Amino acid sequence: MLGSGIINGLVVTAKNFVGSYHDPKRMVTQQYPEEPTVLPENYRNFPFLVAENAADPMGTLRCVACQICEKECPPQCIIIEKSKDKKPDASGKLQLYPAVFGIDTSVCMSCQICVEVCPFDAIKMDKVFAIAATDRFTGLFLDREKLAKPNSYYHEIHPIEAAEVDDRLAADRKAAEEKAKAAAAAKAAAAAKPAAPIAGVADPGPASPRPATTTVNPASAPAAPAPKTPPPSA
Amino acid sequence: MTFALLLIGLMMLGSAAWAMLGRNLIHSALLLIASWAGVAGFYLWAGAEFVAFAQVLVYVGAVSMVVLFAVLLTRQNQISATLIEPASRARAATGILTAACVGAIFGAAILSTGFHGAASAGPVSSVKRIGLELMHRNGAALLIVGVILTVALLGATVLAASDSKNSPEDLP
Amino acid sequence: MSPAPDSFLERAPLELRDWAVNLLPAPTQWLAHQLITIVAILAVFGLFFAFTTIAERKLLARLQNRLGPNRTGVPKFSILPWHLKHTLFGLSQPFADAVKAITKEDIVPAAADKVLHYLAPVTVVAFSLMGFAVLPFGRQYIPVELDAALLYFFAAGAATELAIFMAGWSSRNKYSLLAAMRALAQLISYELPLILSVVPIVLVTGTLSTKAIVVDQGFWTFSLLPHWFVFTPWGFAGFIIFLVSALAESNRSPFDLPEAESELIAGHLTEYSGFKYALFFMAEYFGLTALSGLGVTLFLGGWQAPCEFLQFIPSYLWFMMKLIGMIVFFIWVRGTLLRLRIDQLTRLSWQFLVPMALLNLGNAAFWVLSAHWAGPLQLVRWAVSLAIIVVPFVVMGRSLTAGYAPRTYRYAP
Repeated sequence: MLGSGIINGLVVTAKNFVGSYHDPKRMVTQQYPEEPTVLPENYRNFPFLVAENAADPMGTLRCVACQICEKECPPQCIIIEKSKDKKPDASGKLQLYPAVFGIDTSVCMSCQICVEVCPFDAIKMDKVFAIAATDRFTGLFLDREKLAKPNSYYHEIHPIEAAEVDDRLAADRKAAEEKAKAAAAAKAAAAAKPAAPIAGVADPGPASPRPATTTVNPASAPAAPAPKTPPPSA
Repeated sequence: MTFALLLIGLMMLGSAAWAMLGRNLIHSALLLIASWAGVAGFYLWAGAEFVAFAQVLVYVGAVSMVVLFAVLLTRQNQISATLIEPASRARAATGILTAACVGAIFGAAILSTGFHGAASAGPVSSVKRIGLELMHRNGAALLIVGVILTVALLGATVLAASDSKNSPEDLP
Repeated sequence: MSPAPDSFLERAPLELRDWAVNLLPAPTQWLAHQLITIVAILAVFGLFFAFTTIAERKLLARLQNRLGPNRTGVPKFSILPWHLKHTLFGLSQPFADAVKAITKEDIVPAAADKVLHYLAPVTVVAFSLMGFAVLPFGRQYIPVELDAALLYFFAAGAATELAIFMAGWSSRNKYSLLAAMRALAQLISYELPLILSVVPIVLVTGTLSTKAIVVDQGFWTFSLLPHWFVFTPWGFAGFIIFLVSALAESNRSPFDLPEAESELIAGHLTEYSGFKYALFFMAEYFGLTALSGLGVTLFLGGWQAPCEFLQFIPSYLWFMMKLIGMIVFFIWVRGTLLRLRIDQLTRLSWQFLVPMALLNLGNAAFWVLSAHWAGPLQLVRWAVSLAIIVVPFVVMGRSLTAGYAPRTYRYAP
């Protein structure tokens, strides 16, 4: 009948109107500053440096200033200067650390190449989009202090990715530990065997000249002549 | 009272004169419309509200549209540059003579009509009375006017329809 | 009679005006009387216009699954040391829009006809406002009591069309002129059904005076069912035709082709900016409000209450409530229906609405002639009246849509 389409249309919009007050499917507006934007897991925007410990971010950065990301960055927006000294990192091993690590966010295009090439899982993608500043040379150039964020933050923004990275790092660590233990046991057995015919000599003891490294960072270059374990792929 | 009549008369005649003397065709058309509105004002002054509103509705609302459409659809390239021949004495003399003749006819007609003096009260013109007068005494005239208007409308429709048949614009 | 006509609330504004007028010396009293009426109407309907704009934006938004403007709030008066922060739910948006419209630069094209360009918005607002003079807002609240009130209303509306032509012509812009011509074609096409839909009312009540028409609807069956003309078959049909024509007369969706942004930029308003644009906007809303007011007066019983015992609510409040209801309905239609093309528009008017309106006229004539039928014949009267409307509606609907297949949408749910 003529006009039935109009009536149906009016009913649909009336349902929209009534539903917009109580049905979330019929009110899709997100009032932005008051309601935080829900971003998907894979969203990425500008990198940040991962620090193991929230209490001491500068001291527990995973970054060892290898400068691979600086070389691989397409618009060359990362600036790194190696430190002159070495500091013990989160695992206690002495590592170089970046004295200067800066990213120019007005240049960075969030391509994630720096994340892909980092062998130490030290730089990851952040999700910040509201970092507007009044001066692009000081405000938009993020230095080390601004870039360092703890691993717990990484878990917050990319839970699945962070869990995977943590698992992988723990597995690598465990593998390196076991290898070290096996090597130590083999060394001890090797040391004990030639020492057996020389009786009476003071037992050199279970302590081997090499200090026991229990929590070895398997990716770091081993300081002692350990069995040549190929560096695990990052 | 008289002041109001003077004002309305000035507006009516003034806009009509300005419309005649103006060069811009659209401006003249709009001033003519203002003149018709002045006529409506005159009817209001005379107490004939119904006729005043009918005047506005018909003239300012409809006839003006017809005039403007006609002007726009048939205009030459430059409306503001209508060519008028230079003034000549013969034309001026003919103009004055024609105006004098028309004025004489009007004057004779007005002076020979027996208008009632101001003392007698005019008829109360309520809408009901107008309706009754139209339908009872002048019913035949009303119907004939209706027929004429219908014929005009049909003729216009036929003209418009036959035009489009010759120019096949509707074919894809 | 109920005590409603003399209740305090009903008479309060009138008493206020009389008190104010009596403060002044005698020779100027009639002038003051009229001026107070005019200022009151301008103020009330000016505010009504402002809140119609924000209501429209918020209602349209809710119809479209989104929020409307909801942040305008309280402006910051910098002389105060503190700032009262509350969004006011966006209700101060019209005032923000007014400030914006006033402070925008007024650009007049160099080749435009300056006098006409200036006069067009002034004319359109003036004639739109003149329509309010004959609407009965309440029991004793009619600004000018005219015998030929309806004719006056339509005369005032007809003159606004002239202003649209002036706007389109004076802009010296081909788009504007084309749009103005289309707007005029639309307005002329729909004036006929508008006036024809109102003639049955005149036929039945025998008067052109809006006041008398409202008084004629002041009866109730069983004190419950009002005798408004919309509840009669011819009145209902007339109301529908009036609604459609009113939408078209005020250039409002689905008939807003003259101002369609995707078609002709802004149509005849292309070359207008700032306050002049706001004036055109205001004139469109005033025209809509005036036509809605007329619809309320003629079909919905004006200031009459729907039930007899509800008469304690003042009559002007009833008028306002019905007016708001009609405007909400117009906004609802705007959010629902698609824009019509110019040929669909004119076809709807000439091929459908005018014949229906003429048939409705015959229907009303039958109604008047059969008024003396009593008892069971009343049912026959209603049935015949309904048939005179429904049967041609169905027949014409079928025949006019005969050549078109039903519209299918491949991706719509």
